[in-house]
Amino acid sequence: MNALQWAMDPWGNIVPIHIAWFLIWVAVIAGFVFFIVHATYVRYFAKPKQFAAEVPPPIASEIPARVPRHSLVARLYHWTAGAAMFTLLFTAFLPRVGFQFTWVTWHWIAGAVLTVLVIFHIFHASFWRDFWSIWPDRIDITDADHRIRRFLGRPAPLPRKSAKYPLDVKLSHGAFMVAGLTMIVTGFFMMFRVRTIFFSRNPYLFSDMTWGMIYVLHGLAGVGLITLVMLHIYFTLIRPENRPVLKAMIFGWMSRDSYLEEHDPKRWVVEAKISSQESREQKGLGAGNEE
Amino acid sequence: MAIIRDIMPAFDLLQPTSIAGARKLLEQHGRDALVLAGGLDSFDWLKDRIKKPKMVVDLGGIEELKGVRTTSDGIEIGAMTTLTEVVQHPVIKEKYRLLAEAASVVASPQIRNQGTIGGNISQDARCWYYRAGWPCYRAAGNICYADTPVGRNHEHAILHANRCVAVNPSDSAPALIALDAKLVISTRKGEHVVNAEDYFVGPDIDITRLNILQPGDLLTAIRIPSALAGAQFYFEKVRERNVWDFPILNVASAMVVSGGNIKRIRIAVNGVAARPLRLKTVERAVLGKAPNAATGQIAGKLAVQGAVPLQFNAYKIPLMRNLVKRAIGGVGEAV
Repeated sequence: MNALQWAMDPWGNIVPIHIAWFLIWVAVIAGFVFFIVHATYVRYFAKPKQFAAEVPPPIASEIPARVPRHSLVARLYHWTAGAAMFTLLFTAFLPRVGFQFTWVTWHWIAGAVLTVLVIFHIFHASFWRDFWSIWPDRIDITDADHRIRRFLGRPAPLPRKSAKYPLDVKLSHGAFMVAGLTMIVTGFFMMFRVRTIFFSRNPYLFSDMTWGMIYVLHGLAGVGLITLVMLHIYFTLIRPENRPVLKAMIFGWMSRDSYLEEHDPKRWVVEAKISSQESREQKGLGAGNEE
Repeated sequence: MAIIRDIMPAFDLLQPTSIAGARKLLEQHGRDALVLAGGLDSFDWLKDRIKKPKMVVDLGGIEELKGVRTTSDGIEIGAMTTLTEVVQHPVIKEKYRLLAEAASVVASPQIRNQGTIGGNISQDARCWYYRAGWPCYRAAGNICYADTPVGRNHEHAILHANRCVAVNPSDSAPALIALDAKLVISTRKGEHVVNAEDYFVGPDIDITRLNILQPGDLLTAIRIPSALAGAQFYFEKVRERNVWDFPILNVASAMVVSGGNIKRIRIAVNGVAARPLRLKTVERAVLGKAPNAATGQIAGKLAVQGAVPLQFNAYKIPLMRNLVKRAIGGVGEAV
């Protein structure tokens, strides 16, 4: 069973033309296997989470009831990019598994939208947000090492609470970034092979071998994204412990309790803004006695 | 590559004698089986050794698939009825002359004696890059060799191209669409009847097929309703040489004229896209108008809207415009 499909080009060279489509099912099955293994582990074997130190009460009391987590711009980016990603995956793979429809135009439009969104995201995250917050730092690596050693039954200190993003989210972002950028870059060149509004077709831009590798990389990134999206949905929509994260991606904030449970105020510094409701409560004004 | 060796690769030849038997074999062998009707398309693939099926299911021994039958609402033509029988059948000649005319210009007399109506509408594309066995989109590859600045594409599509620019080469298909024929398909889920125009698919839907037949499916019959029997018909085929050639473009129309105006019309063209196109916009535009040169001119202009020529086939646009004009307004001076 070959993971790539090969063909002979007009010059007699054997070149790859794309991935073998059974890899779609490999990606889907891998996602489901992960669900089952992880859910079983969490349900029957996992120990309660333990962290090195609790947040001291004076610091905890400074945290607002609603901790801002995602700006409106960041949330809009997330959901529109998600819609584009789903459109790309459905238009790419449903025809391969028997659902025939006009998919090419929708596919490149969704790809163009995602490309614009990702370029925006890169600039927005680099210059207007805390760029380094999504990248693993030294503490993440040290704590991951501690977690693994404790998992294996070896002595190790308790891990610390996470910064704004835990290591698993940072790794997930990294995987999405690699697969997404691969898909975008290869997809950009593949648009030279179809009729779009952007530029003239030029199927001879590269050699057959290079084109083949571009198609293979695009396909591999695509099936990788199937699994990644499945895991993302599993962890954010299905796992109950991650509901605060989902809620934050909808409303922009998470509760003080959720924040204190998982995050270290030293690593994720939150401005102690007091909401108007809290201010009223501190002044002894109820919601109904403003007048 | 397409090196004609004239010796086909080895395969098991299966010769069922009933539709049920053929269905069973096709279900059993799925994608490993090649359906053989008259063989005129299939033998090319086999002799070029581009298709190497393990099994060939020859439908030639199934009597149920042959012949023309009169029904309460028109006629039913078995998918394995030869084109010569279609051309010569008295009911078809009298009431559905459009189909007889279309079938009469398919290839040569010898080929019409062997070729079947089912095979003619289900035949594969004739794009020379595809037929040469190159890994183009239609062959599940990732390129169209014809749609390039240097590709030889003077017979290719001007409408509805989507990566692949091959065209459907059938002469009888547009006639069947114009006659509002229904096609009977035997599938795993039972008998399925589709309008002739829905039998064909373009590359936007499925780039590796010209019709909706899936592995294991069998086209069994073509039903032509009597609604357009004896209507005013027009068929014209343009080919590079006037014998034994595939169409560069053809047009078929069935028109009911009453009181000097068009009361009902169905018109289809082939050779301009990967599927024969029913020209619904044209039909709507000419309804209620007199079938004359002026109406034909409007129809011709409408027909080619959205056409995108390739490097060497821009001539197809005025050709299509004029054929549609003649189909509506009669044979006159071309514009």
